[in-house]
Amino acid sequence: MTIVELDHATIRLGSRTVLSDTSLAIGQGEFIGVLGPNGAGKTTLMRAILGLIPPASGAIRVFGRAPERGDSAISYLPQVRTVLPDLRVRGLDFIASSVHGERWGLPSIARKDRDAIDATLHEIGAADLARRPLSDMSGGERQRLLLAQALIGAPRLLLLDEPLISLDQRHQEVAIEAVRKVCRERGITVLFSAHELNQLLGTLDRVLYLGGGHAVLGTVDEVVTAPVLSRLYGADINVVRADGHIFVMSRGRDVERTDHLHDHHGHDHDDHHHHH
Amino acid sequence: MLQYEFMRNAFAAAGIASVVSGIVGYFLVMRGQTFAGHALSHIGFAGATGAVVLGVAPLWGLIGFTVAAGIGMGVLGERVSGRDVAIGIVLALALGFGLLFLHYYTSFATQATALLFGNVLAVDREMIATLAVLGLITLAALAVMMRPLIFASLQPELAEAKGVPLRAISIGFLAIVALAVSESATIVGVLLVFALMVGPPAAAQRLTTGLWSGLALSAVLALAEAWLGIVVAYHTNWPVSFCISALSALGYFAALAVPARVR
Repeated sequence: MTIVELDHATIRLGSRTVLSDTSLAIGQGEFIGVLGPNGAGKTTLMRAILGLIPPASGAIRVFGRAPERGDSAISYLPQVRTVLPDLRVRGLDFIASSVHGERWGLPSIARKDRDAIDATLHEIGAADLARRPLSDMSGGERQRLLLAQALIGAPRLLLLDEPLISLDQRHQEVAIEAVRKVCRERGITVLFSAHELNQLLGTLDRVLYLGGGHAVLGTVDEVVTAPVLSRLYGADINVVRADGHIFVMSRGRDVERTDHLHDHHGHDHDDHHHHH
Repeated sequence: MLQYEFMRNAFAAAGIASVVSGIVGYFLVMRGQTFAGHALSHIGFAGATGAVVLGVAPLWGLIGFTVAAGIGMGVLGERVSGRDVAIGIVLALALGFGLLFLHYYTSFATQATALLFGNVLAVDREMIATLAVLGLITLAALAVMMRPLIFASLQPELAEAKGVPLRAISIGFLAIVALAVSESATIVGVLLVFALMVGPPAAAQRLTTGLWSGLALSAVLALAEAWLGIVVAYHTNWPVSFCISALSALGYFAALAVPARVR
């Protein structure tokens, strides 16, 4: 069954064409690594799938129909995460606020939702965060909390926008493993955007590379090759495989490590960490 | 102390306004919009003095101007960059207008002092009834939108994706803040609304991290500080607003001093 489908879709942000005449289909239970330089449109694609940005032409279909804003079958971890620096709200209340947070009235949390939160926090190794205020958490701890939040409920599609930012090596592995396990068990489709391909190599089914207004979807062997990426980026790209790792190089530089073939498009990437 | 009607009235009015301010202020602090609340009170000053010039009760000018300004801020609020500057400029302009309106009003000093620093000892029965009705409307409106308000405050990007109308929430909330500011300003004056709207919730957030416990503590602290302020003023003959603002500051700094492990 097709979960996400782009049918000759063109997506524009203002006057900039982020994706041009793109067609692709993502099936149920697939784990898709979304890669590409900053500004290539990873966030925009996810927002389009959420129904926040309508396609300029063509069609986007999620679960076989036009995306519906607020669809509870989609879980989303935004890349830009406003966290008020002095927010003394404990982790549990923070997560609870997102459970049916769009409904009117007084906030309340049902027993089964509370249990689901506890179980997921435990699963992702973040149980200790429930009682602590956000202002006392490190960037990595907040990130784990948000990741746990995205896994709560019964989503059929998970959109994770740079979920590994500000996690250290160990927690990156824990996070990837937790997402992989939960999603395999429940047959959830995952779009997982990242800067680094290698960490996801053992987990992903296919990769979606974005760049220059185009997208290429396929297995790692099909997509992560010099000709395909050179065409996509419009630059001379070399792909070097060594010791189970893949390095995408441009003029002798590791594109993903030093990243940013292009530029920064207004997103805050101050706390990137690439550990090896 | 309670044998005087003006004292009973003062306790009643301060009780209503402080609880409303403590609860609404909790969300103001949570959203990091305290400066907007401050600006609304100054705009209210222009409204109140303008109303006096027109022969209308100052409270209605206060409410009218603050609510209109709150809605205006909510509409413009999306342009976050430079918001503090814009608010600051409007704030100064509003105070300037307030001064201009006072210029046309004869009993300049008394009226100005009452508006700027409050005059809770002059509150009458009718005013208490007005404050009670306004307070109920404010809290009812807050109750209706509390859930999406918290979601939109804590995680705006996700809330937007889940279908929460961010702008409508922002506008609605600032209108609620405007009503609470009007209540608060009648007790401690437009210059000291922070004493009831920011001091108690900020102290409460230092002391507890739970949502409901924080809200309850904020309301209780605001009420305690307001009533205790009146008691202290009664015995010392100092201005009530001074006593309330001093207690508010004391409460906040005492909360800061509580070591983390006790919280």
